[in-house]
Amino acid sequence: MAEINMQTGLILAGILFALGLTGVLVRRNIIFVLLSIEIMLNACGLAFIVIGSAMQEPDGQVMYFFILAIAAAEMAVGLGLVLNMFHKYKTLDTNMLNQMRG
Amino acid sequence: MTIIFYISAVIAVIATLITITSMNPVRALLYFILSLLASGVIFFVLGDPFAAALVVIINAGAIMVLFVFVVMMINPGKRTIEQEKQWTGAKMWILPSFLAVILLAEFIYILLLPGHRFSGHQIIQPKQVGLELFGHYLLVVELVSMVLLVGLLGAHHLSRKSNTVKSEDLED
Repeated sequence: MAEINMQTGLILAGILFALGLTGVLVRRNIIFVLLSIEIMLNACGLAFIVIGSAMQEPDGQVMYFFILAIAAAEMAVGLGLVLNMFHKYKTLDTNMLNQMRG
Repeated sequence: MTIIFYISAVIAVIATLITITSMNPVRALLYFILSLLASGVIFFVLGDPFAAALVVIINAGAIMVLFVFVVMMINPGKRTIEQEKQWTGAKMWILPSFLAVILLAEFIYILLLPGHRFSGHQIIQPKQVGLELFGHYLLVVELVSMVLLVGLLGAHHLSRKSNTVKSEDLED
C-alpha cells in the first residue's frame, strides 16, 4: 500500500476550494453563498490537515481547530444577518440588497 | 488505504458539486453534510483521528443543524408541507444514501483491517495536538476565544427584537 502523497491531497483541497468560490460567484441565494463560504473554509482546513500529516506535525490539526472555531463564529453572525434580511426584505436574493439609502 | 482516500475524495467532490448546483436548500445541506463526512474519512485515513471526530461533531453536527434551523425558519406556511412531501420522496434520498453507504463500507473496512491500519502515515494523537494547542499556541487560543465571544455578541445583537423594530422605524 503506497503512501498518499501531499500533492494529491492539496489538489483535492484546491478542487473543493474552487467549487466553493464558484458557488459564491454564481449563486444569488444568500443561503447558498454562506454554504459556499463554508465549503471554502473546509477546503482550507483539508489543506492544513494534509500538510500537517505529511510533515508528521500536530500543527496542521491545531490550525484546523482554529478554522473550525472561526467558521462557527462566522456562521452564527451570518445566519443572524440572513434572518434579519429575510424579515426586512422578504427575500433571500442578494441582488435585492444592491440599493443603499443614505 | 490509498484507494479509500481516492473513493472518499471522489465522493467529496461529487457531493460538493451537487451542493453548489442544486436549487433546493435542504438538498444542498444534505449533500454538504455528505461532503463533510467524506472529508472526515479522508482525515482519518491521513492519520488525524481527532480532526475526523471534530469535523463530524462540530461541522456536520452543530453548524449544519444551525443551517437547517434557519432554512426551516424562513420557509413558513403551507408551502412547507408540500415541500416536506417532496423531500421525503425516494428521489431525494437515494443518491445521498448510496454515497453514505460507500463511506460506511470504507469505515467498516478500516475497522476490520488487521494490524497495519495507517500504513505510511503515522497517527497524530489527540494528546500531541492538545499539548501543542495549550502550550505553543496558547495566545492564539485566547484570540480564538475572543472571536467566538464577538460572534456570540454579534448573533445576539442581530437577533434582538428591538433591533428589528428599530430598522422598521428607519424604513418609515
